[in-house]
Amino acid sequence: MDMNRRGFIKKTAALGGALLVGGHASKALAADNGIARIDRFAVLTDLTKCVGCRSCERACAQANNLSMPGVGHYADPTVYQKKRRPEAHTYTVINEYKNRKWTKPVYRKVQCNHCIDPACAAACLVGALKKTPEGAVLYREDLCIGCRYCMTACPFNIPAFDYFNATSPAIQKCNMCYHRTSKGMVPACVEACPVQANLFGKRSKLMKLARERIATDKKYVDHIYGEREAGGTDWIYISGVPFEEVGFDMTVEKTSYPEFTKGFLSAVPIVLVTWPVLLGGMAILAKRGKESSEDDSGNQPKEGSKQ
Amino acid sequence: MSEYARQGQAAASWIRERVFLNLTLAEYIKGLMTPFNVVAAILILPGLYMIGIRFTQGLGAVTSASHFEPWGLFISWGLLSGVPLSASGFVLGTAVYIFGIKKYHPVVKNAILIGFLGYFFAVTFLLIDLGRPWRLPYPMFVSFGTASVLFLVAWHVALYLSCQLLEFSPSIFEWAGFKLLRKWASSLILALTIFGVILSTLHQSALGALFLLAPGKLHPLWYTPYIAVLFFLSAIVAGLCMVILANFLTARFLRDQADSEYLSSLDPITLDLGTAAGFVLFTYFAVKVVALAHGDHWNLLGSPLGRWFLVEVFVFVLLPCFLFVIGSRTRRPGLVKATAVFTIIGVIVNRFNVSLIALNWNLPHRELIHWKEVLIVITIVTIHILVYRWIVTRMPVLREHPMYKGTE
Repeated sequence: MDMNRRGFIKKTAALGGALLVGGHASKALAADNGIARIDRFAVLTDLTKCVGCRSCERACAQANNLSMPGVGHYADPTVYQKKRRPEAHTYTVINEYKNRKWTKPVYRKVQCNHCIDPACAAACLVGALKKTPEGAVLYREDLCIGCRYCMTACPFNIPAFDYFNATSPAIQKCNMCYHRTSKGMVPACVEACPVQANLFGKRSKLMKLARERIATDKKYVDHIYGEREAGGTDWIYISGVPFEEVGFDMTVEKTSYPEFTKGFLSAVPIVLVTWPVLLGGMAILAKRGKESSEDDSGNQPKEGSKQ
Repeated sequence: MSEYARQGQAAASWIRERVFLNLTLAEYIKGLMTPFNVVAAILILPGLYMIGIRFTQGLGAVTSASHFEPWGLFISWGLLSGVPLSASGFVLGTAVYIFGIKKYHPVVKNAILIGFLGYFFAVTFLLIDLGRPWRLPYPMFVSFGTASVLFLVAWHVALYLSCQLLEFSPSIFEWAGFKLLRKWASSLILALTIFGVILSTLHQSALGALFLLAPGKLHPLWYTPYIAVLFFLSAIVAGLCMVILANFLTARFLRDQADSEYLSSLDPITLDLGTAAGFVLFTYFAVKVVALAHGDHWNLLGSPLGRWFLVEVFVFVLLPCFLFVIGSRTRRPGLVKATAVFTIIGVIVNRFNVSLIALNWNLPHRELIHWKEVLIVITIVTIHILVYRWIVTRMPVLREHPMYKGTE
């Protein structure tokens, strides 16, 4: 009820906005895809600030009790020689990109983007992945059967799987430090960042901040990654170099991913209710046709002749 | 002689008659040492060892699965190819019990058995592939992800597996000699067939709809909103072709298990099914073209994957359409059989394209299949064939049980 009302108010506001400012707000309504958008917690990562110290990686591993690599690992510059990705026991990584604009490299943080309407949650057949009202997309290991459809579905290739665990392999991914944020703390990576490249807060506020930075400082490209990607994510990014040059997938659809299967799923009940009648009718017709054509041939099979 | 001893003896002779083919245990074991069985054992053992490794060291020890490409041969072969190739039961069931085409009656039991075993072993592959296979019943009993296409697949495959077991159960009860159960089971056949068609329509198409959630990962030439329809149509074709193939193989290798009615019905049925397969395949081709036009990715046809797409559409779809028509028009069962085999390969090619080759096509480094996975597939397929042979050499599948001859 509350959700519906909120959704209704939101829509009405958007419609009102459309009447006032014209096309833009009505486009926002179209992009909304009917999801009641609660203003959830989100993180804004500013790629122009990151210095590549990887304090966030270390803090993440500590906060989430992930198996920690040796002490030297986080100071080892050679990890930047190849592009890494989140793995089992690693929820976040920093990658380094040389670029044409500046002499110093750009660093890009990778972790779950916490989609507003996540593909992984729509993929999961046991509901082990869920979007929380707070913002994090959470995983429940106690339900997971290990089918890995979430990995196929995720447009950002985030979920990782414990391929070398035979007894309790789990999907592993960032949980936006739900255990911390539910106690009023900020995610570990946000706290650990020495240059405030990651900011935690309500999405609306972070969006506003991101827009302000882009508007006031010429170094930014005019795009907020995650504003509309995959229908909008609760982890958003601003950058000084084009996103495609620092490993962001620009082909990710702008609609929310669960929309892609809705057409199919809505056809399912139609088949369920119409097929029995159609097929049963055909069977009866086939039987009748046979009976009338074989009228003189004597005994008839009895099955299915009751109507 | 005491009552217990008599019952024990009756049970022993029941088992000997039905399980050991009227031989003593020693004779039976001696009889197992055929060249065929020795080859089968050699094929099974390496993969069994690999399955052992998989369940002690994890999936990563035997597959090339990665965080980018989580699915491999078990899904592409076991589930996505195995399920459409097992559509034989629902296709023939529809023809015989719904459309009332009596002519196909001799082969319908075999078609249902092939369907049932196909699903059974598709689930077996799934059990090997799932991270925690012991949680397979979770989507049914513990937690429901109702918005997931895979949830639908899980439920439908489970229900359909049970449905097909019931559809096949009259043969089991005839074999076991349970008359009352046999009567009950065969009175359900029309209801079960209709239920089976509904389930098949939905999960065959749902297997395609799974990939709707991966635009951008699945190559645009294969990614289409029509994928569910395409999967359903090609499953019908695959089911028809599997019956044609089974007709051929049983007549060749299991002749002694078949009655004359079965054997004499085969060629006319093969020709009929060939015509049907040709028509459905052409419909499939038409939808494929519609999907291509709808996607509007003509420019991609020149790329290597685009050319592979054209091979799939023209060599594995359009060509067999014509071969089927020619084969059944000129009444050449041999041509129809060969075309059926070719078409089965074509369906497998399509499923591999969608779930492996054209999925994640834009990743730079790709390793699709590990040889250890291949060994496991060979093991399961060999066991599949042995189980099929075990059943057909005992139960009345390719023949009518003398007691029930001409009752249906």
